[in-house]
Amino acid sequence: MKATFSNAFRQMRRYPSAVAGSIIILFLVFMAIYAMVTIPYSEALRLWRGADNVWMQSPRNARPAWFNYFYKEKQPLTIVQSTTDDPDAKIMVDLGGGVATSDFIFEFDYQYDGFPSELAVFLTAEFTAARPNVVLNWITPDGREIPLGELTVRANETYSVSQDSRVTRRLGGVQPERGLFADPANPDKPLKGTYQLVGEGLVFEEGSSIDATLVVYGKLHGLAGTDHRRRDITVALLWGTPVALAFGLVAAVGSSIMTMFLGATAVWFGGWVDWLIRRVNEIVMILPLLPILIMVGLFYSRSIWVMLSVVILLGIFGSGILSYRSMFIQVKQSGYIDAARAYGAGSGRIIIRYMIPKIIPTLIPGFVTQVPSFVFLEATLALLGLGDPVLPTWGKLLNDAQTHGALFNGYFYWVLEPAFLLMLAGLGFAMLGFALDRIFNPRLREV
Amino acid sequence: MQNVDTAQVESAVPSRRRFSSLNRVLKYVLVRGLTLLVTITIGVYLAILIANGGGYVDQMRIGQIKEEIAMQMAADQEMTFLTMQERRELEAARVEVQIQQLGLDRPFMIRSFEYLWNGLTLNLGSADYLLSDSGSRQVRNILGERLGPTLLLMATGQLLLFFSSLALGLILSRRYGSFLDKLIVTLAPTSSAPAWFYGMFFILIFAAVLGWLPFGGMIDAPPPQTTWLRALSIMKHMILPVSALLLASVFSGAYSRRTFFLIYSSEDYVEMAKAKGLSDREIERRYVLRPTLPTIITSFMLTIIGLWTGAIVFETVFNWPGIGRLTQQAINLFDTPVIVATTVIYAYLLAVTVFLLDIIYALVDPRVKIGGGGH
Repeated sequence: MKATFSNAFRQMRRYPSAVAGSIIILFLVFMAIYAMVTIPYSEALRLWRGADNVWMQSPRNARPAWFNYFYKEKQPLTIVQSTTDDPDAKIMVDLGGGVATSDFIFEFDYQYDGFPSELAVFLTAEFTAARPNVVLNWITPDGREIPLGELTVRANETYSVSQDSRVTRRLGGVQPERGLFADPANPDKPLKGTYQLVGEGLVFEEGSSIDATLVVYGKLHGLAGTDHRRRDITVALLWGTPVALAFGLVAAVGSSIMTMFLGATAVWFGGWVDWLIRRVNEIVMILPLLPILIMVGLFYSRSIWVMLSVVILLGIFGSGILSYRSMFIQVKQSGYIDAARAYGAGSGRIIIRYMIPKIIPTLIPGFVTQVPSFVFLEATLALLGLGDPVLPTWGKLLNDAQTHGALFNGYFYWVLEPAFLLMLAGLGFAMLGFALDRIFNPRLREV
Repeated sequence: MQNVDTAQVESAVPSRRRFSSLNRVLKYVLVRGLTLLVTITIGVYLAILIANGGGYVDQMRIGQIKEEIAMQMAADQEMTFLTMQERRELEAARVEVQIQQLGLDRPFMIRSFEYLWNGLTLNLGSADYLLSDSGSRQVRNILGERLGPTLLLMATGQLLLFFSSLALGLILSRRYGSFLDKLIVTLAPTSSAPAWFYGMFFILIFAAVLGWLPFGGMIDAPPPQTTWLRALSIMKHMILPVSALLLASVFSGAYSRRTFFLIYSSEDYVEMAKAKGLSDREIERRYVLRPTLPTIITSFMLTIIGLWTGAIVFETVFNWPGIGRLTQQAINLFDTPVIVATTVIYAYLLAVTVFLLDIIYALVDPRVKIGGGGH
């Protein structure tokens, strides 16, 4: 047994596809471990749910940041300026009687060839009864001053400059994120240089103050870009790996081992046991797996583990049982089984110790090649909107992209990134499996 | 599936006469048909049990009835003359009548057999939300409308797939070790991705980037006037889905067929035939192709079964107005009757596939004809 495996391992090195497949699988395993170590499970769920406005400061539908290496016209990244990070930006002057000015000036350098995607100012204020007041002004590198808005601040105030129709009107009907940055000589290009946002605040209470954050949303973000809810796709790409590997491996190993047991039992006992198992197999063959999973997802639970159990349950009696059966029929007729029976081994012992080990080598390529189909099954379910409700997965990324017309709107990265990883996982296991098949099935090796 | 019903075949007295072998094939087909009927009955019943699990669907329907009656009564002017108490009693009474009318007060076990009979006879009730294009609420009509496109797409794809992978397999086995052979063997693992996956790439390349072919759908909107142009338009919309189906399975199909051909052409009787001086074509047809056919049919059957259930996502990706797309719409709208009905239809389609292939099997497998034991 051991010899078979070490022999197989030695042979594997002779197949380039086996080596490539193993490298891909190792890479994915490494990625899965990295994901689980750097982003703990609960943190991944929190991030993907988008709780506590964690994604407030990232742009919507931004392409990956490294796209700039290929662009001739550099697209902006997100610029964040905040009084909490930089207390110097905040200037307070006491005017007496509890009234004070609370000004802030944000200065940033803009050297991109494209316009930002959005502009927003987040304000937080501390007060008990009287709400502070803020007037916002925009100063361009060539010294023009554009008034933005005046607002009375609540405890948490979001001022979306991009959605302020008064600013749009003031700019002559141009979207603020374009108009505020446009070069007056060439309105299709942004003016490069130092921009300023000046906020003149007034507080009316002792100890009251204003904190502000300016976010100039870019068009590119992070390693993988963002989706329609501003979430960083990297989180789902990373966490999709352990989920996909776990789903694929558990489903493949679980169903093939149980199928093998059933096949061995059917052959060993024969008679009505065999008859029954074959009839159940015939029924399961015409049960449409996907519609049944859909019903389970709709009526019971969408949890990935429930789905996994159903997949294994239906997989046990699937088509594999017939090929195991024919293999075990040959095993049962070999001499050493008679010898085992002669020394008085029980049925259970014969099945587990003598029959199953004999065909395990043929089982291994089988389940390795099955892994991709289960990885894709998870993606299929997610694509139908039946993905796990909380876990970020590759399939759910594809589903989001599909429902928000990513291909139609040109957000190709949104589809290509999860698709690339799915393909990688599929190819890795399939390549290894095909090679193992040739190693363990000598009849195939010759051809 | 590939098991010939041993008992049935063996019980017949071996005979070489033609009509007797026809007889045996018929008998085999009949037995397989009956077995499948029993199988379908159990399968559909299981589907009903899953769909009704925990009485959840019943509760949903009762809730719906209550809501409908409450709405009716709220809209009814007459009701304003009644006291609150009277109205509530009247409402409860009406709900009770509706429930009795629909038979929801009877135990589930009895109803489940009624559902089973309805499912088997394709008496599929009416949809909750979805309508057919002609405006009908009958699930049967909705499904009937969608069955055509699904069959058109899948039959085209599957037939092309079968013949192209068979032909490619033969070519490869003749040129064993050539560049083409090595290429296909290398490409075989790409078939681990399903057809919808390649479909997405095809849409990206040929519709989004190049703009040569439509993103999806079955026909231009508005549809062309003449039949000819309409057929052309449908064909144009079929190019991408059919090529995705082909690309997703043709390499592994050709690979496995090639391997079978190679294994079978190393048999002693092939050597014997060569020694007899038969031509290569003759050997291929009579000694290689013929004995591999049952295995090929079995593996093809498994591919088709995979494709049937894969059709749900496949049609969704291509916006193809078939049963798969319908299933997806029903999921989004939570239209229970339609979901259960599509499950039943898929069970039927799978069974019909299995049955048809069984007949082909009986025709090509000499063991069935001459009555030798299957295994």
